Amino acid sequence: MSLSIKDDEIDIVIGALRPDLTSFMNEWRTIFSRFHLIIVKDPDLKEELKIPEGFNLDVYKKPDIDRVVGTSTSTIFSGYSCRYFGYLVSRKKYIISVDDDCYPAKDNKGILVDAVAQHITNLTTPATPFFFNTLYDPFTEGADFVRGYPFSLRSGVQCALSCGLWLNLADYDAPTQALKPEERNSRYVDAVLTVPARTLMPISGINIAFNREVIGPALLPSLRLGGEGKFRWETMEDIWSGMCVKVVCDHLGLGVKTGMPYVWRNDRGDAIASLRKEWEGVKLMEEVVPFFQSVRLSREATTTEDCVAEVANVVKEQLGSKDPMFARAAKAMVDWVKLWKSVGSSTSSPGA
Amino acid sequence: MADPATISPATLLKDELDIVIPTIRNLDFLEMWRPFFQPYHLIIVQDGDPSKAIKVPEGFDYELYNRNDINRILGPKASCISFKDSACRCFGYMISKKKYIYTIDDDCFVSSIFISHVAKDPSGKDINALEQHIKNLLSPSTPFFFNTLYDPYRAGADFVRGYPFSLREGVPTAVSHGLWLNIPDYDAPTQLVKPLERNTRYVDAVMTIPKGTLFPMCGMNLAFDRELIGPAMYFGLMGDGQPIGRYDDMWAGWCTKVICDHLGWGVKTGLPYIWHSKASNPFVNLRKEYKGIYWQEELIPFFQSVTLPKDCTSVQKCYTEIAKQVKAKLGKVDDYFNKLADAMVTWIEAWDELNPSGASKSSDLPNGASK
Repeated sequence: MSLSIKDDEIDIVIGALRPDLTSFMNEWRTIFSRFHLIIVKDPDLKEELKIPEGFNLDVYKKPDIDRVVGTSTSTIFSGYSCRYFGYLVSRKKYIISVDDDCYPAKDNKGILVDAVAQHITNLTTPATPFFFNTLYDPFTEGADFVRGYPFSLRSGVQCALSCGLWLNLADYDAPTQALKPEERNSRYVDAVLTVPARTLMPISGINIAFNREVIGPALLPSLRLGGEGKFRWETMEDIWSGMCVKVVCDHLGLGVKTGMPYVWRNDRGDAIASLRKEWEGVKLMEEVVPFFQSVRLSREATTTEDCVAEVANVVKEQLGSKDPMFARAAKAMVDWVKLWKSVGSSTSSPGA
Repeated sequence: MADPATISPATLLKDELDIVIPTIRNLDFLEMWRPFFQPYHLIIVQDGDPSKAIKVPEGFDYELYNRNDINRILGPKASCISFKDSACRCFGYMISKKKYIYTIDDDCFVSSIFISHVAKDPSGKDINALEQHIKNLLSPSTPFFFNTLYDPYRAGADFVRGYPFSLREGVPTAVSHGLWLNIPDYDAPTQLVKPLERNTRYVDAVMTIPKGTLFPMCGMNLAFDRELIGPAMYFGLMGDGQPIGRYDDMWAGWCTKVICDHLGWGVKTGLPYIWHSKASNPFVNLRKEYKGIYWQEELIPFFQSVTLPKDCTSVQKCYTEIAKQVKAKLGKVDDYFNKLADAMVTWIEAWDELNPSGASKSSDLPNGASK
């Protein structure tokens, strides 16, 4: 059912937070080597990057980022946010992005999961956000819509975002990981499903893919924790960005899928050490979730850029006074839309 | 052959759960379920010809009701219970005195899963569907925010990064909706187009259906907290003398979900799987469903837009309010909905008669949240 997508419609964007990408790239070689890769080096990383031969790629480091956006703006791309620079400069229709500590996973039959192919399938088959199908993705082989599913909703809508999952080290916050240091995710759930309209969820940036043409500007670096660090459980930037994306998709009638593909996430970091930092991110979500659940965009917001600008406005008005972090995030969102318009795209993305 | 390890030594909730089975034929299928069902009390609702004797295998503790019994017990209110349709099963919910109900069709068997890991041999393991339903019902639901690792209360899972701590206690689970391997629950048009399709995908997940989202609830493999949501589980007017069939569970599911969303309870779907063995005749199904396929285009927007006032703080009040709105808004789609709305009211009256409020825990909640 999926359209035949040409390899050159896809960019794989990798944010390099660690210098030695040798084993990462080699593990992904059979899956990645057909595609063009954009590797963005964390501007804070001092060491030289080590990348093995045999890939079609462009590497962007701090000087490159400075040159494209200016030295004052380049700070927004520090840490895990460096990948957004890749999203900005890409000119491809689809982007797939995984963290540099993730390897290909194996499915229940022991077969290596082609995460790129699965993400592309997710993005090129319809999503069904208006009614829940109990057999999950109705467009996958061997499944369909169940009895009672309205026929008028069976053509679905365009899928703008595909959120994958993680075996081994799941994307838990530091308190959870610290409480259960031995817990590893070994459950391979053989499903893709559409996240229903108006339902929000934590969208992790660890293993993600999107239609850049349709939703590009909505994935953005804006919320930065005061103590943001170089481990995922010391960040919330992707969770914030994901809430924006979902609100925008819901407004524009676009779909978000979650489930497969899985990647294998390597053990890294010490959650208990991270606990010594203040639980900013954890506390923040108490405000962030009810806020996004209440956001309603206007009829006039018909493009992704317009939607992001409106969300930024509401953030500023309703959250700005509660914490300067939100005020900064709102400004960053506005700046991002401007940056996207000047650097990111020559055409605006009209949303489905 | 049941793996002894799957049968808990202290059988969960054996005095608190009834198994409701609608049938028109002998219940030999219970033999396969014996290791899992025998500790529990069965309520058998015999549809069709009441003079036929239904054979129940030895050793099961059960009560059986045929149409004569239903008429005798409910009197004129028996009109709300369908005849010649498995929708009659809801009589079993009404007559039960237990806290939980599990209902299953008589063509559903024990499923087994073949687990294969890279380093291990494939192994077959019988699935104790009832045990999984009970686990689902006894652990909270999370309807307000979706957890990407599905049920966070299952062993080996948890809430993901970004999930607010204030939402991690969850809410009570009212419904556990199980799935089916082999013959999937497709409608007639899909069956006609794909007669050979079998569901072979075992999706190892339970998840809460988010608040505000409707779904097609199938009654083949379903469990619920009768004390919480029982009165909403009316399976409508189907079968003999009715213009529609195969929408009984759908109707109950939409009403139930709207009420659960309003009262802050959860509905889970996913595991357990049962093995659905019989594909019903798609041409017969088409005749039954045909009107439903058109009507559901009106029904879905109706249920999606139902709002219940704050003072609907009990399931019965919510349900009666929905019945009122059905009459007001769907009566013009077809006169059937006028009759259905009346039957919904009759059902609640019958429910309250058989389950006087002292005994029922489906009691008023303070400040029921309005949608």
